[in-house]
Amino acid sequence: MTKTPSPRRSADDRGFRLVTGFFALLVVLLVAGIFVELFRTSQLSIQKFGFHFWVTKVWDPVAGQFGAFPFIWGTLYSSLLAMLISTPIALGIAIFLTELSPRVLRTPLTFLTELLAAIPSIVYGLWGIFVLVPLVRQLQVHTPEWMRKIPLFSGPPLGVGMGAAALILSVMVIPFTSSVAREVLKAVPNTQREAAYALGATRWEAIQAALRFGRTGIIGAVILGLGRAIGETMAVTMVIGNSPRVSASLFAPQYTMAAVIANEFTEADTDLYLNALIEIGLVLFIITLVINAVSRLLIWSVTREASVKPAKTASPAVSAAPGVAA
Amino acid sequence: MNRTSRRKVLSGVVVFLCAAAVVVALVPLFFVFAYVIQKGFSSLSWDFFTKMPKPVGESGGGMANAIVGSLILIGIASAIAVPVGVIAGVYVSEYGKRRFASLVRFTADVLNGVPSIVIGIFAYGLAVLPVKHFSALAGGLALGFMMIPIITRTTEELLNLVPGILREGALALGATRARAAFSVMVPAALPGIMTGILVALARISGETAPLLFTAFNNRFFTTSLNQPIASLPVQVFTYAIAPYEEWHQQAWAGALVLVAMIFLFSVLARVVTRRLERMHRT
Amino acid sequence: MSDTVVSEMSAPSNAAAAASKPGNGPGTGSLATAGRALRMESRKLNFSYGPKQALWDISAQIPEKTVTAFIGPSGCGKSTFLRCLNRMNDIIPDTRVEGDVLLDGNDIYAAGMDIVDLRRRVGMVFQKSNPFPKSIFENVAYGLKINGMCSRAEMPERVEKALRRAALWDEVKDRLETSAMGLSGGQQQRLCIARAVAVEPEVLLMDEPCSALDPIATTKVEELIHELKRDFTIVIVTHNMQQAARVSEFTAFFMLGRLVEHDRTEKLFTNPGQKITEDYITGRFG
Repeated sequence: MTKTPSPRRSADDRGFRLVTGFFALLVVLLVAGIFVELFRTSQLSIQKFGFHFWVTKVWDPVAGQFGAFPFIWGTLYSSLLAMLISTPIALGIAIFLTELSPRVLRTPLTFLTELLAAIPSIVYGLWGIFVLVPLVRQLQVHTPEWMRKIPLFSGPPLGVGMGAAALILSVMVIPFTSSVAREVLKAVPNTQREAAYALGATRWEAIQAALRFGRTGIIGAVILGLGRAIGETMAVTMVIGNSPRVSASLFAPQYTMAAVIANEFTEADTDLYLNALIEIGLVLFIITLVINAVSRLLIWSVTREASVKPAKTASPAVSAAPGVAA
Repeated sequence: MNRTSRRKVLSGVVVFLCAAAVVVALVPLFFVFAYVIQKGFSSLSWDFFTKMPKPVGESGGGMANAIVGSLILIGIASAIAVPVGVIAGVYVSEYGKRRFASLVRFTADVLNGVPSIVIGIFAYGLAVLPVKHFSALAGGLALGFMMIPIITRTTEELLNLVPGILREGALALGATRARAAFSVMVPAALPGIMTGILVALARISGETAPLLFTAFNNRFFTTSLNQPIASLPVQVFTYAIAPYEEWHQQAWAGALVLVAMIFLFSVLARVVTRRLERMHRT
Repeated sequence: MSDTVVSEMSAPSNAAAAASKPGNGPGTGSLATAGRALRMESRKLNFSYGPKQALWDISAQIPEKTVTAFIGPSGCGKSTFLRCLNRMNDIIPDTRVEGDVLLDGNDIYAAGMDIVDLRRRVGMVFQKSNPFPKSIFENVAYGLKINGMCSRAEMPERVEKALRRAALWDEVKDRLETSAMGLSGGQQQRLCIARAVAVEPEVLLMDEPCSALDPIATTKVEELIHELKRDFTIVIVTHNMQQAARVSEFTAFFMLGRLVEHDRTEKLFTNPGQKITEDYITGRFG
């Protein structure tokens, strides 16, 4: 029999709601705060350069010229290349682990692929400088003459550059895309695969049926990986060459938005310089925000079916979403 | 049957490619681990943990200040993130159906995807700009901000797993909502919450970018919160990009310690979960 | 347990022969099949999920172009056995099969058997309709496409034929390109039937096809089955005995993984040979 709550009890409950709600509000304020703060401290640059900031190719702090196009170029180029390399591999892993792997291997292999995500960016960067870059340099040195003529492979063999950055980014993105894709595939009802098999489908054809059912979620997984690549800082800055150029060549040292902030923030000697860097940070924030929101919506549209059932103890690493370690 | 055999061959090829994808992904994993372990180990010594960095040219020295610095930063970050994250998680779990709770959930997920360098800029504006100097506090703040969404989400998910009957039982006995939440629900979900905290720790202990202009770096040993402080990731970075071979070796050692720390947190997360679960069962 | 008696019986002596058959005990589904050829047959089929055995010595005959119903209480193995007939259980790991299942005289579990082809020849409709998230047309055409059964040009014709067979054509002919997920539950199930018959199977297995449908939709499907049996051999698993009595010519009663009795539907329901069968039919358990 329900008692009417005593006044003191209602007050307590209300207090509880307000206090805990306050802390929850802090989380929201955090995100809002980031936007407000970044917007505020980049005003000098926003007002001085306006939209031109983003289409100007010259970044010359010494001369007071700030054009952020090279960073947009570098970020997009490196991230898209990384997606090109990592997506098929990540999807292959997800398919293998959910549909094909013998039970015995499933846990250890899953553990190993997730270990890739645990390695901090700085360690990847370290390995990048001392192992990957010399390797890439060797590849570049041995590139045949005729290939060198193509703009994609032009330039001196320095080792550092877009190619190395794309490679290291793809390694770092793989575990994120693959673990989310795995969750999506697990949420696809088995009846879809059975329907295909019952019509005489081969293994791959049945997998295709599952992929088709979960396609929005898989696209979400891929986009999430893209977001990860875009925000990646340390490993990239250690192998990309940090040169604000716009070049199609994989051999050329270039620059990304996150890398320039990391490198030049403490060296910014004028307010304008600092504001310009913060403006880059602001746009980086907005881009990753949009990408994250879109990908989450896509993923959620497939996994919400599965979430109606009692939730298994989700591994925090997955449910608390892959973030961006730099 | 020509068509069928083609389909089957294709199927076989795809299966093979998927298996190959797993192998391909594991190659860099082993590659990186092998290098870090091998090169790090050879540069590791007792000095590394106890001595301060030596100026260039002089051999020896270590990263004692950076290791302590990292621990201090992690401490500050946890002090901020654990209360905020857990209590926010309690709210979202208790009032999950409200619009506001959905908003919190959404922003937590979004926060998770924000590049850590952007969080660093935020902490810079908040804690460095006003006082015009770098500090351990600013660095701890940045790391703490990164931990919050992970802890919030994990806490919420784990609290949701605790059967509502427990809460109702407490309420029926006259407990206030707060009492029910904190004396019954949270303890029941504690193993998972601890795991979430440890996972968050594993995530941020290797972070470099947000520290570059908040905690900055410090050649000397300090435990002051109001001054720049050395940290393992930043130290590794500084040494790695410098042209000195000895510093490179120290960088590898630093990387090994970092990886070991993260590994430790991850293992602890699993052990804690199992231990506390066993405790609760008896 | 005596061996299964293969049905080489002459028509007139059917009923009498079946009734007077000794050893018509558990596991010996012996059957009077009115001189019809057998489309499928199992011989002492044993099936296990890992260490747990689920089917013991099932020997059953499925005569061609008839409807055979599998009935029995929950967990009796009827669905498991059904899924053995098109080797759908193969996709579950750790399963073991002993004994034979013959399709037109060939053992489907033999080493060289082409499973892909088998599943085209022995189609299946599931308990809950599972259309692909594609258009109605594409759903029905799916099997045709992957098995390369006709050219692009012929597809619309084949799709229409299948939809007519499933008594769905008139309801969807104007919206073939719309998503299948927009159909009602009963329509979706008929779509799945159309999808299954589009590939011209020899046998159609139906696993409790009406259990998720309302009575009207159920009636439609049952009428459908009546039509379909002219062209296909149908096996239907059902927990609804009245349904079994309505649609089938032969009924097999399963219990605890064994085939207890297998006979003409009429006979099984009016004069069952085994006491357990009678108890089940009269609702004493199950």
